[in-house]
Amino acid sequence: MNISSLFLYRTIAHNMARLKIPRKITNPPIVKGFKPYGPDIDSKKRESIILNFEEYEAFRMCDYDMYNHYQASVLMNVSRPTFTRIYASARMKISKAFVEGRQIEFEGGKVYFDSDWYQCNSCGCHFNNPEISISIQNCPLCGSSEVERHTEESLGDMPRNSEDDLCICPECGFTKEHHYGVPCRNEKCPTCNSPLIRKYH
Amino acid sequence: MRIAITSQGNSLESILDQRFGHCKYFVIVDMQTGAIEIIPNPYSEAEEQAGTLAVKLLSSKNVNKIISGEFGIKVKPLLDSLNIQMIMYKKPNIPIGKVIEMLNHNN
Repeated sequence: MNISSLFLYRTIAHNMARLKIPRKITNPPIVKGFKPYGPDIDSKKRESIILNFEEYEAFRMCDYDMYNHYQASVLMNVSRPTFTRIYASARMKISKAFVEGRQIEFEGGKVYFDSDWYQCNSCGCHFNNPEISISIQNCPLCGSSEVERHTEESLGDMPRNSEDDLCICPECGFTKEHHYGVPCRNEKCPTCNSPLIRKYH
Repeated sequence: MRIAITSQGNSLESILDQRFGHCKYFVIVDMQTGAIEIIPNPYSEAEEQAGTLAVKLLSSKNVNKIISGEFGIKVKPLLDSLNIQMIMYKKPNIPIGKVIEMLNHNN
């Protein structure tokens, strides 16, 4: 790597947008999109609106399942303000599609789908269960019935490494694991009672 | 039931490849007939998108389960939405023949 490419890399790195936390999707949409109909609609001429999976999920949780923004943000594993932004964007896109008579397509977004993971205690393999309706009894590899479902804590290979994400006390250096949706400043240090801050790397 | 296993070589003595997208070969086992098909992975040298392209290849072969060491962050949601089961087997130096033996013993 020569000096000019290093400079280019630094420029790109500094101007890069902040990384997005992957959003958790529990119910992906059952259709690929929606089409308007009527005599004046020539849907091929107009670009369709791309509704991201995270926006669909935000809209579903708020207006279909009637969760409030805070509850929905915890389910989606993002902070409450981020959730509100996603939800506002979803409503804007849907209203635009309605008013301008455009198609809606569900696509993309920084998301991961949620399926349950299991571990076999006999052969040591990890596997997931893609069919939510069928419960897992046996290991798909060795057939042993000693399978155990992963809980949130034991899942080491999920997209976010929560061990690196800490709240720290600026006074005494006390650290605790950060929980999404709970601002650090609302939590008090147990030893010196000062508000905690997020630890950045 | 068709099961794909990632392999480092094109025989049953080859070792299970711990990578999914960049593995050298896929061994596809048909559990009903016992037929074994070995296909080279055209994306093993690809710099990016190897995982997603490999998923497309395997889903065109009607695979229901995939056995590998680890799956990438882009591959997991893709396989979830295609209803393909992922099995992560992290023990090193496991020959493909032994994995197939375990699967046969299962049935």
